Amino acid sequence: MDLVHLLQGFAVALSWYNLGLMLIGILLGIVVGVLPGLGGPNAVAILLPMTFSMQPTSAIILLSCIYWGALFGGAITSILFNIPGEAWSVATTFDGYPLAQEGRAGEALTSAFTGSFIGALSGVVLITFLAPLVAKFALKFGPPEFFAVYFLTFCSFVGMGKGSRFKIVAAMALGFGLAAVGMDTISGQLRMTFGIGQFLRGFDFLVVVIGLFGISEILVTLEEGLAFKGKKAALDLQVVLRTWKQLPRYWLTLLRSSAVGCWLGITPGGAVAASFMGYGLAKKFARDPDRFGRGAIEGVLAPETAAHAAGTSALLPMLALGIPGSATAAVLLGGLMVWGLQPGPLLFVEQPQFVWGLIASMYLGNIAGLVVVLSTVPLFAAILRIPFAIVAPLIIVACAIGAFSVHGAMFDVWLMLVFGVVGYVFKKLDYPLAPMVLAVVLGDRAEDAFRQAILGSQGDLRVFWSHPLSASISSLALLLLFWPLITALIHRLRPARQAVAPT
Amino acid sequence: MSAEAEQTEASSPRVPRWMVELAVAALLLAIGVVMIVSNAQIGAGWAADGPQSGYFPLRMGVLLALSSVGIGVQALRMPKDLTFVRWDQLKPVLQVTIPMVGYVALIQFTGMYVASALFVAAFMKVMGKYPLWKSVLTGVLSSAVLFWVFEIKFSVPMPKGPLEALFGY
Repeated sequence: MDLVHLLQGFAVALSWYNLGLMLIGILLGIVVGVLPGLGGPNAVAILLPMTFSMQPTSAIILLSCIYWGALFGGAITSILFNIPGEAWSVATTFDGYPLAQEGRAGEALTSAFTGSFIGALSGVVLITFLAPLVAKFALKFGPPEFFAVYFLTFCSFVGMGKGSRFKIVAAMALGFGLAAVGMDTISGQLRMTFGIGQFLRGFDFLVVVIGLFGISEILVTLEEGLAFKGKKAALDLQVVLRTWKQLPRYWLTLLRSSAVGCWLGITPGGAVAASFMGYGLAKKFARDPDRFGRGAIEGVLAPETAAHAAGTSALLPMLALGIPGSATAAVLLGGLMVWGLQPGPLLFVEQPQFVWGLIASMYLGNIAGLVVVLSTVPLFAAILRIPFAIVAPLIIVACAIGAFSVHGAMFDVWLMLVFGVVGYVFKKLDYPLAPMVLAVVLGDRAEDAFRQAILGSQGDLRVFWSHPLSASISSLALLLLFWPLITALIHRLRPARQAVAPT
Repeated sequence: MSAEAEQTEASSPRVPRWMVELAVAALLLAIGVVMIVSNAQIGAGWAADGPQSGYFPLRMGVLLALSSVGIGVQALRMPKDLTFVRWDQLKPVLQVTIPMVGYVALIQFTGMYVASALFVAAFMKVMGKYPLWKSVLTGVLSSAVLFWVFEIKFSVPMPKGPLEALFGY
């Protein structure tokens, strides 16, 4: 049955108009991925207002293709310039740049792109088969279950996150606070507006994203004083084919990275964590781990596959539950609401054309992405040679235009500047930005679910444990929340046992 | 952090990280308290029709305030020699941030396109040391492209000033 839907989706996606948008999206995405200071979530946020008048299906095809392009593009700078264009391609520099130094840039790029493609494909296949089931299952959800899933999302940020847990909680709570500013959707009462007229509208997440990810990224980049000294890349068909011939040898690495990526994408671990984990696992299981860091093909393949698998499967909870698994997915979810679609499990029932068109476009977009990126590497490497003194003001102008066009309000441009500085400080102090953005996007929906759930129980929080379904999700959330404590406990018990064992 | 980075670190004044951590924690605490007070005023308890408007945000404020205290404690405990930013790093950041504020202020008077052209040109001239004609050309061209994309192609209205009015927009 699903295959019929998928074929219908292909019929939607395969129009000339949509194919053209796909190509534009991928090219824009690669540019965005190549340029430091213009990340995936930011670019999608800037372009979102331009799609307000488009068909939702075409709009999301354009924006999701920017996302795929950004995932591909990040690898180019990592390998040729040793500069990760995106956070998820940091792990790619470990082996990609040494390969380029040896003059094997072509091989490194081919394996990076192919790995990305395979990772994305496994993510899309997972979405194709799992998302409808999850959505169907979620149709049974009531407010307690939905809040439990939101709770799970945020708990896994706290439990799985690195660094100070307080900072994760603070970023999240701040995001919820920002989301609450303005008119309360249920009672119509004004909250935290402090008599300032501009606050009535509340803080739009797009403005927050453009500031937090765009402006702040420019500031961080400026500080490092970028000097682009790149390796030359010659990518001809021969190199591509020769590299492809080698790849089947690494099937286990590909499989492992895909699995890790898919898992971390669905739970909001995200592409960044996935790329490092993929790299770590490949090194751990390699027969000769010493080669890693000095130019191992697997060292490029593993993180790229995992990052792309995570980036893709982050869209699964967004489509099936209305809960995004990454910052970019959060922006896309915000787009759904702007286009007048109600995210959540009903989307599969009410808007099958949209959902399956998007899924089909994921297949096509990634195939097109692979072809485009393989054939245009020299062009994009040239873009990186454009000095930052030209690129930076253009990006800032693009951010200002993006922030203004959300509501046509000058106040939003000022707000963008404020969030740019906030993002700069937060980045330097290792506050996580993703949970904050997620909280801004999901704030109202999470709050509504919470209020409806406790309304039914007259304020008794045990309502989240009153049904087996919500009880198991809530318990899982708590388990994830306290996961660091649990593992610490296990670690404390284990050495005692090991001390006895080897006698 | 490489060896050369350490060298400049010694020669350039720096802002210690723990101070910034503490300042941000204090700011977050203040925001948390404001959230608590503001929502308590509009009612954060239980009414006849269920939870009041302030119910959820107030609890988020509590969460923010508590975690900011945790961050503050961590800041006090962290090694005092960690650097938040060095002056030689902060200088280019300020060199861009301050003109950026000027740029946003200028938009209100000249409109988006003129301000953008001026900003791009000035940025290239001052930060990139480009010749004046190259800077001005890039600024004007980029604004022209933006005007074509937004006003003509996508009809997304941007703030416009006297110059655009001259052309009848």
